[in-house]
Amino acid sequence: MTESALGQSGTHSRRVMRSSLALARGLGAAHSGVTHWWVQRLTAVALVPLSLWFIVAMLHLLGAGQPEVARWLQHPINAVLLLCLILASFQHMQLGLQVIIEDYVHNKLTQLATLLVMKAITLLLALSAIIAALKLAFSQ
Amino acid sequence: MDDIREALMLGRQSDGKPVRRPLSPHLQVYRPQITSVLSIMHRFSGMALAAGTLLLVAWLVAAASSPAAFARVQGFIASPIGWLLLFGWTAALYFHLLNGIRHLAWDLGCGFEKPEYHRSGWMVVIATAVLTVLTWIVGLAIW
Repeated sequence: MTESALGQSGTHSRRVMRSSLALARGLGAAHSGVTHWWVQRLTAVALVPLSLWFIVAMLHLLGAGQPEVARWLQHPINAVLLLCLILASFQHMQLGLQVIIEDYVHNKLTQLATLLVMKAITLLLALSAIIAALKLAFSQ
Repeated sequence: MDDIREALMLGRQSDGKPVRRPLSPHLQVYRPQITSVLSIMHRFSGMALAAGTLLLVAWLVAAASSPAAFARVQGFIASPIGWLLLFGWTAALYFHLLNGIRHLAWDLGCGFEKPEYHRSGWMVVIATAVLTVLTWIVGLAIW
């Protein structure tokens, strides 16, 4: 990503007046966007194996009671993979919902309010999932 | 009319009758194609999965709270509405996962030829159906 971004800026520099610092940063006029795009792809790649693992794990836990779920999460590998899944999916989710809101909510003030509410809800849900998973993982 | 841009949306027919011009991307005049339909479905499945995280969080928080709370959530999941939600969630997850891989291939610059993206699109639809049904057959056999 960095290489191609710099490569593009490099070819542009012959025609467009931009400072060396701006070229090195490679952020463009909006100062953001590359990170959003890149993080969405990174989390997507991580979520491919994590989602498949989660489906298999859920099939394994079908009809299980609370003690069995706790025992399953007490295994460190399951706890780590579940935490990875929670972090990657909620990050991926808030980036995706952000694009949808930016596309369809045209009024700037309503858009900002909707974005803030969405991000707050996502954060609350992610933290709830993380705390619940950690509590189960460290339970006796 | 509360926006200056809307002035451009008003026109007149040849008989002088005022009409509202259609808004781009003119969904009402385009025949649905596998490319556009899957693109729209990618967004919808993403939103469905976002809503589905509520169920995942409820399940985890209940498991961390008490066996009684967990039994209530399990009871809801085992109800007809719960099953319907879970089935929809399975299908949405497989679709978003498979079509997401298609998007990642495009990001790498692969599969941009017309026959290629038509074939990969239909492969996503078929694989989603097969994997969803297969998962539920395995699930029902275990349950």
